[in-house]
Amino acid sequence: MPETAIADAPATKAGTTGGTILEVRNLEAWYGESHILHGINFDVKAGEVVTLLGRNGAGKTTTLKSVMGIIGKRAGSVKFNNQELIRAASDKIARMGIAFCPEERGIFASLDVRENLLLPPTVRAGGLSLDQIFELFPNLKERLNSQGTKLSGGEQQMLAIARILRTGASFLMLDEPTEGLAPVIIQQIGHTIARLKKEGFTILLVEQNFRFASTVADRYYVVEHGKIIDGFSNSELAANMDKLHTYLGV
Amino acid sequence: MQALYAQLLVGLINGSFYALLSLGLAVIFGMLNIINFAHGALYMMGAFVAYFLLNLGGINYWWALLIAPVIVGIFGMILERTMLQWLTGLDHLYGLLLTFGIALIVQGLFQNYFGSSGLPYAIPDELKGGMNLGFMFLPIYRGWVVVFSLVVCLATWFLIEKTRLGAYLRAATENPTLVRAFGINVPRMITLTYGLGVGLAALAGVLSAPINQVRPLMGADLIIVVFAVVVIGGMGSIMGSIITGFALGVIEGLTKYFYPEASNTVVFVLMVLVLLVKPTGLTGRAA
Repeated sequence: MPETAIADAPATKAGTTGGTILEVRNLEAWYGESHILHGINFDVKAGEVVTLLGRNGAGKTTTLKSVMGIIGKRAGSVKFNNQELIRAASDKIARMGIAFCPEERGIFASLDVRENLLLPPTVRAGGLSLDQIFELFPNLKERLNSQGTKLSGGEQQMLAIARILRTGASFLMLDEPTEGLAPVIIQQIGHTIARLKKEGFTILLVEQNFRFASTVADRYYVVEHGKIIDGFSNSELAANMDKLHTYLGV
Repeated sequence: MQALYAQLLVGLINGSFYALLSLGLAVIFGMLNIINFAHGALYMMGAFVAYFLLNLGGINYWWALLIAPVIVGIFGMILERTMLQWLTGLDHLYGLLLTFGIALIVQGLFQNYFGSSGLPYAIPDELKGGMNLGFMFLPIYRGWVVVFSLVVCLATWFLIEKTRLGAYLRAATENPTLVRAFGINVPRMITLTYGLGVGLAALAGVLSAPINQVRPLMGADLIIVVFAVVVIGGMGSIMGSIITGFALGVIEGLTKYFYPEASNTVVFVLMVLVLLVKPTGLTGRAA
């Protein structure tokens, strides 16, 4: 069966891309009365790094949250490994192997670094071990007993990424991981994403920092007014630069 | 001097009940954001379940310590599933009104069938009698209540502050949406948390049955003081509720010895003072 092949994704471990793992069709979402997403369509293939670009308020974060099931009202179709998620509760979605790193990072103040790191339960086998995580983020090892929110912004971001790598989820959604961080730390996060891609993770990224995105992404989608208005691969980037500047207003 | 020690002991015993009850209130408030006014009624139910177990089923005190919290805890979880869960995201006032209403209904029903006077519950044989400590006479049952309550409070503190389950609970208190998005069934955890808090109240009820008799309004009388204790200690902290509970019991006891006229009001005077100086309570975090 093709979906099993995708789920196990032996090809992705070598860092190549496989079949479609996430299929979003006509996704609509609401915050209370305001209609935010007006029919989002896109795909992510196994092993890819896909970036959603767009201005503030375009609906990028809402798209991630809708896939994760943490937006109250949503409609349309989100299929992960061919399973429909649109009506599933977020804990069920997480258990299918999707992990989310929110923009505000969501480090818990009442938990120390170790507890924050160990909080997300293992959803399947194959997650990184603690040793592998400390190899990626050596700073965290020295701060294990600190209160979570006493870490620097960069360390908090690393902790927020690190804790979802343990769970065995192979599809990661990272919401603006570079926001507000120093260039040297942004670089470190870039290396981490490249390394994760090599390990076979599939990553859906939301970024304002286009320069950063261009160092890690395979493909881009442009979100505007709650719709996907364009999409292209990294190799088509140069040809699309002018259009992109218009879209993003930079 | 004998009288001072006796009042100190009474203070410690009351402090045990304050601690067990305010601990449950703190846990419930943290997780459900509900000020559980039904807590006193559930404490009373714990004592009544122990009474029924003994008089209808012949099940003794020791089993009642285990069974009554479970039965009342299940009753609490049914309340949470059928009613309290719909209050998520609403103002505190709704939870307060609903649980106050539940308390009135439950207490009214018990009063209707059992009147207002107390039903006797005998001290178990193993804990009868007393010990002469030299400086005072210690009834064994009263010593047992203080020690056992302390152990239960510290075990609850350990569960919440030092275990993985407790880490889920603390994290879900801060950000339930994110914890759920990590794959944890937060609604079920909320139900179990309410069950835990209610179970602690019922346990206090069983402990109190041989001392205070089993009365439909036993919880209503106690809960007002417990709320003052919670306000003084601050809602946010587990250890804070335990320490404040015992400390205020002792302060009440001392007041009874030195200035008996003030013993019923001292807790409320302290509450006013604490609110003036530190509105979040002694150990509370700002909301």
